[in-house]
Amino acid sequence: MIDTETIVTPQVAAEHGLSPDEYARIQQILHRAPSFTELGVFSVMWSEHCSYKSSRIHLKRLPTRGARVVQGPGENAGVVDIGDGFVAVFKIESHNHPSFVEPFQGAATGVGGILRDIFTMGARPIAVLDPLRFGPITSGPGAGNASAEEIARNRHILDGVIRGIAFYGNCFGVPTVGGDVLFEPSYSNNPLINVLALGIARREELFFARASGAGNPVIYVGAKTGRDGIHGASLLASAEFSEESQQKRPNVQVGDPFMEKLLLEACLEAMRTGAVVGIQDMGAAGLTSSSSEMASRGGVGIEIELARVPQRETGMTPYEIMLSESQERMLLVAERGREREVFDVFHKWGLDAIEIGRVTDDGKLRILNHERVVAEIPAHALAEEGPKYERPIAPPRPPQSQARLVEFAPKGADLTRNFLRLLASPAVASKYWITEQYDSMVRTNTRVGPGAGDAAVMRLKETKRALAISTDGNGRWCSLAPRIGAMHAVAEASRNVACTGALPVAATNCLNFGNPEKPEVMWQFTEALDGMAEACRALEVPITGGNVSFYNETLGRRIDPTPVLGVLGLLEDAECALGSGFRNAEDLIVVLEAGKAAESIAEAQREFSSSEYAKTVHGIVAGAPPQIDLAAEKRLIECLVKLAAERAILSAHDVSDGGLAVTLAESCFTSDGLSADVNLDPLATKEPPEAAVFGERGARVVVSLSPSSLARMNAIAAQYGIKAWQIGAVTRGEFCIQLNGTPVVRGEISLFRQTWAASLERALESA
Amino acid sequence: MKFGVVIFPGSNCDHDAFHAIGSVLGQPVEFIWHQSEQLSGFDAIILPGGFAYGDYLRTGAIARFSPVMRAVDRFARSGGLVIGICNGFQILLEAGLLPGAMMRNKGLRFLCRQVHIRVESTNTPFTCAARPGQVLKIPIAHMEGNYFCDPATLVELERNQQIIFRYVKPDGRSADPDDREANPNGSLAAIAGICNRERNVLGLMPHPERAVELPIGSADGMVIFRSMVESLAREAALPA
Repeated sequence: MIDTETIVTPQVAAEHGLSPDEYARIQQILHRAPSFTELGVFSVMWSEHCSYKSSRIHLKRLPTRGARVVQGPGENAGVVDIGDGFVAVFKIESHNHPSFVEPFQGAATGVGGILRDIFTMGARPIAVLDPLRFGPITSGPGAGNASAEEIARNRHILDGVIRGIAFYGNCFGVPTVGGDVLFEPSYSNNPLINVLALGIARREELFFARASGAGNPVIYVGAKTGRDGIHGASLLASAEFSEESQQKRPNVQVGDPFMEKLLLEACLEAMRTGAVVGIQDMGAAGLTSSSSEMASRGGVGIEIELARVPQRETGMTPYEIMLSESQERMLLVAERGREREVFDVFHKWGLDAIEIGRVTDDGKLRILNHERVVAEIPAHALAEEGPKYERPIAPPRPPQSQARLVEFAPKGADLTRNFLRLLASPAVASKYWITEQYDSMVRTNTRVGPGAGDAAVMRLKETKRALAISTDGNGRWCSLAPRIGAMHAVAEASRNVACTGALPVAATNCLNFGNPEKPEVMWQFTEALDGMAEACRALEVPITGGNVSFYNETLGRRIDPTPVLGVLGLLEDAECALGSGFRNAEDLIVVLEAGKAAESIAEAQREFSSSEYAKTVHGIVAGAPPQIDLAAEKRLIECLVKLAAERAILSAHDVSDGGLAVTLAESCFTSDGLSADVNLDPLATKEPPEAAVFGERGARVVVSLSPSSLARMNAIAAQYGIKAWQIGAVTRGEFCIQLNGTPVVRGEISLFRQTWAASLERALESA
Repeated sequence: MKFGVVIFPGSNCDHDAFHAIGSVLGQPVEFIWHQSEQLSGFDAIILPGGFAYGDYLRTGAIARFSPVMRAVDRFARSGGLVIGICNGFQILLEAGLLPGAMMRNKGLRFLCRQVHIRVESTNTPFTCAARPGQVLKIPIAHMEGNYFCDPATLVELERNQQIIFRYVKPDGRSADPDDREANPNGSLAAIAGICNRERNVLGLMPHPERAVELPIGSADGMVIFRSMVESLAREAALPA
């Protein structure tokens, strides 16, 4: 049975990224040396990307259970009960390295991959969000010392990524409704392209990726197999980048959203026939992972004849067929005797559907090529018994000298110029140039679309409920203090969801980090994970799935540790959904606050030095993220849900990048030409003006309401122990923020809006 | 009266049109598979938005050869109401049921946003319930919506009042030729929708089926579907 194409030696194993120990373990499992095909199969399944070998032992610390959780981590996506017999199916993935090598196709196939994860489970995708992190696209203090060449390249990457996301999602017919976009120097040669998809299904119609029933046919459906994407998971996603990495372009797959749309419709229709037993998409590691994971989960074996696999190219070896990551393919197990029903559906949609093998009862993944066995491996060993590492962990050495902190401007200073710089910074500026390239409305369920609220809100036509979803993750804060930064990511995404009136019910996470073989990276990872676990417990948002992306390092420079959280919320009544824009002139503006300000000037200085303002205006990234009080965050979330359900407020927008000033301005920008006139004295702040106006501490939300609702709003806030500071009113006049009797930010709202709205387009269309 | 919504394999606004007609308008509606040539029993046909056969070649270039389009051609030539929305409009152009062609948007990017269009003629079965000059807020979502035709055709369209919708400013004033805010795809003469000479075939780039309920942004698109119902009802009331 030895495949003689290449003789396997320890050196060949090493070239496949397998350590000597791992190679020894493979020989132990097989009781012999592996064939070349078997070595390839092991190398992808045991890659970091597929096996989670560095993260597995730590991921156990995350809370994964909850009253609404139907399916936690371990399946293609998480599943949450949303009532009325429906479930929400959602998950986040990364496609970082492919998108750096080939931005358009990398981003496009990232969207394709996560969509398959959703409809594999029998759910129809209803929304996509794309959290993106790029290097600087404009010069200035916030760009670090990025060169002009680097900035031009970052623009090129961003442009390709946005086009790729739009290309795939728009054609497939799923609305792309959000995702945060941020910029930091550490992402210059390693952008983060994360993508979250959300679908819905009837609870009893869920499908799982499990094979069962010896003798049942194993059916291949969708696109033909080519030589693209071979070793995408192992070489692209599980190694650092060097100068030669651009030559890995052939490892990037090519996406065909039309094919994926056909696959979606055909799969959902085939599932409805009742003849499908289990189904899994061929994502990372293609045929190898889909077959071995389905067999392993079902406790059975699978036998496949490669000669029957539809192939796009001639002369493909068993190794290539097993490792190809050609897109838009699925593997399913049907009930023996009913395969005709499945074939008919796929043929109706013009797709290949071929029986390529059968389920066996010997627990082995057996691969035949023209009836000759080329690989025979225990499926469970391949899928579940991969190496697990307890990698060394060490905190980074404390810096030699004290980092420079922000020196606060004196009281009475006019901060309007700095406010304008903040509005123009890519992180704060309007993302409309990006989001209008996405079809955000198809399927007519988008109740709160991109930019209109703190989270996207999708109505469910079948019920009166709606789902809200938001992503968040501040890498700059995590680089300063990963534990607190990760807590903030959970808290902010949850707060965003609550600002629309939805109760956060579950989360998915994408953990983007550097090389796990470096002890400091593992320290960042475990710190962030512990912070995330604590926050998810406190806010009652269990993690139902997600993804770990390690090796985000290029030329030895690693990214800021960036855990990205996607939080799902449930609105009992879609009619109560709130946007972030002010609604009427003369409405009252109130700050809801659950936490408290820094105790001393020194503490305020430390917190403020990590803000977007400190970075953009002073070029300072130092200090620590604001302290976080999870119990306070929880009370604020519950208060917001209640306020929305009681219709006591008309808009809600959380205080984040750029502080109160930017929050207030954004609520004006997303309104119909309204402005705001506020006085921050009621907050009785002892903070320096800059910290009061631009500080970013959490557990704060700006709401607006009709004057007649004030008493009701105050009563509800008091019930949850939330301070409600009435700071001013919505107007049609000048935008003005006063403190201690003097305006600190003041000007025409249309002028501010112009700066905020045009900044991204100016940077990118001039490129 | 019965509406039919054609499903090409890459249609993705088919369910939205179905929802608009069936659930919001409350009229009978059925799907029609792209391989069907059977249109008897239908009073109006909707060609929905999407990417009919992937549109990797040119939008609508393959769809025009589909079996259902042979039937739609016969249906239209015998006076049946046909409305093509977005990709449906592109297909009607390729099929020669409407004059002109689509180019890529001026900025060469896909654009999804609310736009304002003005009803230029109420003398069609698609606009008879609208006021002349009425401004509708309706979203667009396309990469190729930059309408173009030769000068002779444009003169013809103008003379026969075949230009049914134009992109305008929110208050209804005409857009300047280079106003990308009002006319985002750069269409010739700010054309958003046209009909044939017989006035029973309409194509438009904006999506009226996405503007049928206020909670999702606008209900202005309903006037088009209501017009169709009214004109069909009037026709049915006429003695045969």
